Amino acid sequence: MLEHYLSLATKAVFVENIALAFFLGMCSFLAVSKKVTTAIGLGAAVIFVLGITVPLNQILFSAFLKEGSLGWLGFPDINLGFLTYLTLIGTIAAVVQIVEMVIDRFSPELYNALGVFLPLIAVNCAILGAALFMVNREYTLGEATVFGLGSGVGWAIAIVALAAIREKLRYSNVPEPLRGLGITFIVVGLMSLGFMAFSGISL
Amino acid sequence: MASSNREILLDPLINNNPIALQVLGLCSALAVTTKMSTAFVMSLAVIAVTALSNTAISLIRNLVPPSIRIIVQLTIIASLVIITDQVLQAFVFDISKQLTVFVGLIITNCIIMGRAEAFAMQNPPGPSFIDGVGNGLGYGLVLMAVAFIRELFGSGKVFGLTVLPLVTEGGWYQPNGLMLLAPAAFFLIGCFIWAVRSWKPEQVEEDFHVGALLEPGHEGSLR
Repeated sequence: MLEHYLSLATKAVFVENIALAFFLGMCSFLAVSKKVTTAIGLGAAVIFVLGITVPLNQILFSAFLKEGSLGWLGFPDINLGFLTYLTLIGTIAAVVQIVEMVIDRFSPELYNALGVFLPLIAVNCAILGAALFMVNREYTLGEATVFGLGSGVGWAIAIVALAAIREKLRYSNVPEPLRGLGITFIVVGLMSLGFMAFSGISL
Repeated sequence: MASSNREILLDPLINNNPIALQVLGLCSALAVTTKMSTAFVMSLAVIAVTALSNTAISLIRNLVPPSIRIIVQLTIIASLVIITDQVLQAFVFDISKQLTVFVGLIITNCIIMGRAEAFAMQNPPGPSFIDGVGNGLGYGLVLMAVAFIRELFGSGKVFGLTVLPLVTEGGWYQPNGLMLLAPAAFFLIGCFIWAVRSWKPEQVEEDFHVGALLEPGHEGSLR
């Protein structure tokens, strides 16, 4: 059992890295990776939000939206599956808002560190993407928690590594039109190539 | 009026391309480009959603209080994506299966939110619709270009029709497997941006838009 969760976590962090293998969360991945400190802040916020929203969405999905899941309310024939997207994004937006308020109330230091990033996260494709993968692959609650946290950690590792590379890259002589976005893409491509080495691990 | 509408439509194709210049909507742009057919369907879906969401958001722009506008926009966009997804499942089921989660991810495609915020909130429905179509086309253009190169060199085909006969099928072309893998998409978009910016040097950015918001001193502007 533990082995199953461990291999799921390894897969989510390295083999199927959500940023470098599935291209999710690219907008903020490229935009907020100029400094290592800001990248760490955003990475932590993403781990936090993914760790909460994926299990929560799993509970909602299996209780209300899955085919035949309304049996416990006495409506076994009603399929609300078409509401999946709306529910997932609604949950994410609401959770982000609540998390922001809770952190603001109870931990001002954490709020100062993460607060700026939270509004950006509601529309980060990595969060919705992980929720959709959870639905697609029919994870249980335990698997969803591990997958959510694992994907978050993978995304955080990728953005911190990219930020570190970009800090060094500032001293390099890059051709004028390639500067900024262009060279960043090529660096991310090389990182993605590096992460593909993990796909040799058989789990 | 006619000429300004034309500008709104054509400007996002090259001069102000949402992917190359505005750095928006990359998430889904890269994952669906191994084949032209999926990229084509994805482009159509995004054009439909941007155009309709821009129109809808522009129609209610004076009625929505600013504090809840994001959630209202998300709801409109999510509803449109659900309709698009149902249409795709009904008419092109195979491709819809191949696109997997990426149809759903149109909801968080930054192009759509970005245009809603930047254009539809300030402009009447007509131009907003055209702006949506234009940005959708600009996105589709990059998508199709990347998919063309990846499919042609990765599997010797264009739209599923064999152009370069593969060695494995008795032809002469040894396919470049890298093209079908994730990194190739990054390299190609990087080179695409390089090409556009060499051609139009004024597009070299000073700073990323979203990134600029996070520099010290600008924190407040996100709320």
